[in-house]
Amino acid sequence: MPMSTLRSALVAGALGAASAPLVAHFALPAFAQQVTAGAVSIDNFTFNPAALTVKAGTTVTWTNKDDIPHGIASSTNTFTRSKALDTDDSFSFTFTTPGTYQYFCYIHPHMVGTIVVEAATGSSGKP
Amino acid sequence: MSERDDGPNRRKVLECMTWVGTGVLWTISGGVPHSVGLIGEAAAQEARGLSFVQISDSHIGFDFKTPYPNSVSTLSECIAKVNALPVKPAFMIHTGDISHLSLASQFDDADKAISETRLDVHYVPGEHDFVDAERKLFLDRYGRGTKGAGWYSFDANGVHFIGLVNVHDLKAGGLGNLGDEQLEWLEADVKGRSASTPIVVFAHIPLWTVYPNWGWGTDDGARALSYLKRFGSVTVLNGHIHQVMQKVEGNVTFHTARSTAFPQPAPGSAPSPGPMKVPAEQLRGMLGVANVTYKQNQQRLAIIDAPLKS
Repeated sequence: MPMSTLRSALVAGALGAASAPLVAHFALPAFAQQVTAGAVSIDNFTFNPAALTVKAGTTVTWTNKDDIPHGIASSTNTFTRSKALDTDDSFSFTFTTPGTYQYFCYIHPHMVGTIVVEAATGSSGKP
Repeated sequence: MSERDDGPNRRKVLECMTWVGTGVLWTISGGVPHSVGLIGEAAAQEARGLSFVQISDSHIGFDFKTPYPNSVSTLSECIAKVNALPVKPAFMIHTGDISHLSLASQFDDADKAISETRLDVHYVPGEHDFVDAERKLFLDRYGRGTKGAGWYSFDANGVHFIGLVNVHDLKAGGLGNLGDEQLEWLEADVKGRSASTPIVVFAHIPLWTVYPNWGWGTDDGARALSYLKRFGSVTVLNGHIHQVMQKVEGNVTFHTARSTAFPQPAPGSAPSPGPMKVPAEQLRGMLGVANVTYKQNQQRLAIIDAPLKS
């Protein structure tokens, strides 16, 4: 069961990526019209938005707008830790598997945020 | 003033403690601070004893944006102030955030400036010194002979000094963290020591809760302090919040030092704890060093915070 969920998510992700250039020309099914980029801004020691919902296959980019460095780390160690982000530095990660991803700033751990990755078909994935 | 509720140690410590903030001498009597004079008088009261210096938060690598000058140059100004002290300190304590991003070049620049004191320096890391997940850059350089993530203790002139690390294994949503291994070590380290031994604990993030909304506290700090409760004189020196803050609780005196690089706002007075934008002419009044004197057999401990410019 988890295997097939994972595979369908991957297939949908791959389909979405492959179809992306065609979106302008064809009316594609909803699952293919996924957002492929998400942005989290770090301002005043907070993640904005604190919770971001994206479709599987989306690349999320965090950008540090503070005068102090921050670092992104998964609370459960489920995605790659960023290097320290100095002012205006960015870090990107592509979420391919549906689920709820809690993260925090490993320099200022009171700063927390969430990325919710939904299956490309639109239903929310399991945490 | 009633003396019944105060143990003799506490009374002595409170009566004899003197602090100087920005040029004003504060004495603490019965827990209430009184302003009694200017910095010159405090200097005149100085007697022979163990004297050491605390510096903190040099953030080498934070080198941008007006009004901040180069963080190496303000560190060097602080070092010049240490070198100009009338009584040469026995050693120096650096309470962390030596570097801004744990880069070897940043530690190199800090070491070069600090070595001008020709003093032994006892370091503990700040979270900016542990940016690399393996903490290798800090520990290879400063961690020799330490335990775990860099904690240790030593004795000087009958005072027991304990350097703690509360910037490792930080948990999502949490504050500073000491962890079980270190706390067990601390309990064993002070076990069997006479309660009359003066204790000085130093760590980067305040061990007491200053302002949790900004992460200014240590989740398991109270457990560390519980092992120190029986001692007659405990002084806790921290950095991290880039401003002087003091508190007396029983026999425990808490003190945070200024940064040598940039000031941070008072808790809750700004949207975030980011660097304070102050006019360039005010900046040097908000950076500085702390000079600590312990006068033997008098339970007397004085912390003199000297800004770069008052």
